[in-house]
Amino acid sequence: MAAASNNQPLLEVRNLRVEFPTRRGTLLAVDDVSFDIAPGEVLGVVGESGAGKSLTGNAIIGLLEPPGRVAGGEIRLDGRRIDNLPYEEMRKIRGARIGAIFQDPLTSLNPLYSVGRQLVETIQTHLPLSSSQAKARAIELLKEVGIPGAEMRIDHYPHQFSGGMRQRVVIALALCAGPRLIVADEPTTALDVSIQAQIIALLKRLCREHGTAVMLVTHDMGVIAETADRVAVMYAGRVAEIGPVREVVKHAKHPYTKGLMGSIPSLGVRTEKLTQIDGAMPRLTEIPRGCAFNPRCTFKGRRCLVERPNLMPAGATRAACWLHDSGGVGAPIPKETVDA
Amino acid sequence: MAQASRSGLSGWLHRVSDSDVWWSFKSSPMTVAAAVATFLIIAVAFLSPVLAPHTPFDPATLSLSDGLKPPVLVSPDGEWAFPLGTDDQGRDVLSSIMYGTRLSLIVSLAAVGVAMVLGISLGLISGYFGGAIDAVIMRVADVQLTFPAILVALLIDGVVRGLISVKRHDEIAIFVVVGAIGLSFWVSYARTVRGSVMVEKNKEYVQAARVIGLSPLLIMVRHVLPNVTGPVLVIATLNLGLAIITEATLSFLGVGLPSTEPSLGTLIRLGNEVLQSGDWWITVFPGITLAALVLAVNLLGDWLRDALNPKLR
Amino acid sequence: MPDGGADFVRIEGLKRHFDVSAPWLVRKLEGRARQVVQAVDGIDIEIAKGETFSLVGESGCGKSTVARLVVGLYPPTAGRIEFDGNDMAGRHSRSDMAALRRRMQMIFQDPFASLNPRWRVFDIIAEPIRAFGLSTGKADLEARVAALLRQVKLNPADGRKYPHEFSGGQRQRISIARALASEPEFLVCDEPTSALDVSVQAQILNLMVDLQRRLQLTYLFISHNLAVVYHISTRVGVMYLGRLVEVAPTDTLFRRPKHPYTRMLLDTIPDLEMTGRQRSPVGGEVPSPINPPSGCSFHPRCPFANDRCKAERPRALPIERGTVACHAIEEGRLPIEDRSYALNT
Repeated sequence: MAAASNNQPLLEVRNLRVEFPTRRGTLLAVDDVSFDIAPGEVLGVVGESGAGKSLTGNAIIGLLEPPGRVAGGEIRLDGRRIDNLPYEEMRKIRGARIGAIFQDPLTSLNPLYSVGRQLVETIQTHLPLSSSQAKARAIELLKEVGIPGAEMRIDHYPHQFSGGMRQRVVIALALCAGPRLIVADEPTTALDVSIQAQIIALLKRLCREHGTAVMLVTHDMGVIAETADRVAVMYAGRVAEIGPVREVVKHAKHPYTKGLMGSIPSLGVRTEKLTQIDGAMPRLTEIPRGCAFNPRCTFKGRRCLVERPNLMPAGATRAACWLHDSGGVGAPIPKETVDA
Repeated sequence: MAQASRSGLSGWLHRVSDSDVWWSFKSSPMTVAAAVATFLIIAVAFLSPVLAPHTPFDPATLSLSDGLKPPVLVSPDGEWAFPLGTDDQGRDVLSSIMYGTRLSLIVSLAAVGVAMVLGISLGLISGYFGGAIDAVIMRVADVQLTFPAILVALLIDGVVRGLISVKRHDEIAIFVVVGAIGLSFWVSYARTVRGSVMVEKNKEYVQAARVIGLSPLLIMVRHVLPNVTGPVLVIATLNLGLAIITEATLSFLGVGLPSTEPSLGTLIRLGNEVLQSGDWWITVFPGITLAALVLAVNLLGDWLRDALNPKLR
Repeated sequence: MPDGGADFVRIEGLKRHFDVSAPWLVRKLEGRARQVVQAVDGIDIEIAKGETFSLVGESGCGKSTVARLVVGLYPPTAGRIEFDGNDMAGRHSRSDMAALRRRMQMIFQDPFASLNPRWRVFDIIAEPIRAFGLSTGKADLEARVAALLRQVKLNPADGRKYPHEFSGGQRQRISIARALASEPEFLVCDEPTSALDVSVQAQILNLMVDLQRRLQLTYLFISHNLAVVYHISTRVGVMYLGRLVEVAPTDTLFRRPKHPYTRMLLDTIPDLEMTGRQRSPVGGEVPSPINPPSGCSFHPRCPFANDRCKAERPRALPIERGTVACHAIEEGRLPIEDRSYALNT
């Protein structure tokens, strides 16, 4: 929260809920999620598959796939509410104010047009530039994202680029109108490690030079640790813990975050056995009462089975765990019922 | 792990009633109507020896004095014994339709069966082994596709007629029609199965079976085949409608089933010959039955295609 | 229980080329040449009994092809694979071949594709037992499957269910139970955890280590994740474009990496410990294996490449209990130094 304290946050997400109506009832995929992103800040959103991290990102850029829909809460960009805008208006904001980068660069590019044409079209949609000015800016953007020989490459088609270069083109496309916020959903997951490092370095540099804020959605804690200023850890559709990245990695306060950090094999320590969290994240149809993490939690008490914790201050971070409430987790649960 | 697995029939029923396919079936009234109609037509057709008021093609029961009676509801001349009227020989149109539908269904089902067996086998071989075998089978399929079903049927029928006497021909006509339709439909199965096999055979569960040294035949039958049944079922259903029409067309053209054993197509042809004299009911009622049957089957097939296609869900 | 001496699995000069040419007619009409991908281009590996040998590399380096060659899913183009003294390509009777196959099994990457969706878990696990005729009857078969399920920490009652009723981690446990069903001694694991979430990955890795100790298994472990490899292996081989550039005991490889490619890979791992180490992203990408660079295939990306590297393919030289294929190391142009990747925090 430090970065966002004195000036107004760029993005405010308040009590966001995303629902999926299905024939078995409505699934709550994102449940009461709130966070801010300050200008120029990189917020990492990390979680296992199905935690709701990508849906949160899609809700912000207004690209939830039906039948998913925002069922509650508010999303504000620069103080202006954007979650209830009509499609056309949201489309304009999506190009001009918010850039989007997805996991698979191929799906973000039209295979039938040269990258130059796609860049020029996007630039002209959002900025009042002539064709030659737009082309000059396109070349400038390609240079900026580190594509060698940009003047020549601009006429190439997406399939003529390698995976890493394609992701650079996608980033250039997202930067066309100079957005204030970039929502990057697993931007490095489809890439090899050596290319990953290049893309991360690029994102960090862009952030620094342009003051663009980034919401970085990924399952890779390593990428977050290297890139993000703050991190939100999601579990079963809710934020389990949020705070400065160093604190969350080194001094996690939520038992889930702790377990998650311990279960990542690291080059620092070679142990006989990795820390493991038994069980798996519940499916959306089977989220337990109380704290969603309680079946896997070794610290749980009676209170965790019935009452759902909200984010509360816990050291330097905020965690959704009764351990950090003055009331505590409640009476201990006898061993037998734990096994049952 | 939403529900515990149950054993035997109750487990199977539970799985069916819980499945997405069943749900999509229930939520589409048109499909339910089509299924009911298909089921009714098939049931009535196959129960025709029991249900039909007359046995129209037993000459002993026919009387020329009953000839050309109009349907009851449109003319005072009609008799309740012949609710849809009679033809010039005094045969009850309703009973003829019931027996004719049965024959049409038998021929089409058998033809689809022939096409399925032929197509699935060739598709499995083609897809699993690839290479030269695949190339040969697929080129044959390409050639086959350039001949419309009618042309194949006419060709086979012509050859068979040249080889045997007219009398014998009536006896084996049904096999000629089944063979001709079956032969012209196998390509779509072969292509679909080949495509699915090429996808499935690279999946890791098939490789896992290869690691333990199972023979290609065992792998195909045990692992690959069960996983390509979905698309095959869709084609079979859509093909059934097409087979019914093709059979009717062949019979209408006179190269299908003989008038001693009329199918729906034969009935329409027979009625068509006397249509000029105003006895419309002889041809119109079999026509309506044919249209209803094909429509119902096709609606079912369309739904099945959509229900089994995850992309459209 | 590495017994040092006899090599349990020995791979010599292994090559596998894939023909990716256009069909014959198209080639002739358009005057195109045959195109061959050299997926595996001559590698030698020796794996001792009881150890975990890992192959790492980026996508397209041929590590998965090696796995498939070893279990016999592809025949090699050249070279030989020896398993416990038996040449896998040699002439064996059917029963001898089955006996060899029984002793080596494979665990696949994608827990959603490696189980036949239409089979019950019981039948999936029982398939190898039935195929090798290992059980004496129905009761014995049921007891064996139940024991296998328990071994991977699943409930024997889970055998009645279908794969879709399980989560990714549970499915990977089922794959492992199936692989163990024929009581193998050697398991080839092709990226067994890369499709899993981290907390589940830890469960599976712990399970694999545990099983290895209890059943005295030998692993060939394929992965692109260096941290996982560091955690699980006794020795590591680094592959680049179908060739093995460096082999070394795990601690040596991570403490004293020698080949420039190994150093580059280690440089690019995201650093969770945030030691402040400067990550130096290396330019360039893996070239196409259809047209690999001459000489040392890493030379276009290598900061130490000279004319010899461009012309002459380096041989694997023994060095510090491992091997390295690099001219710069051989000539002493590139000093070997301790690095602090494996430092304790």
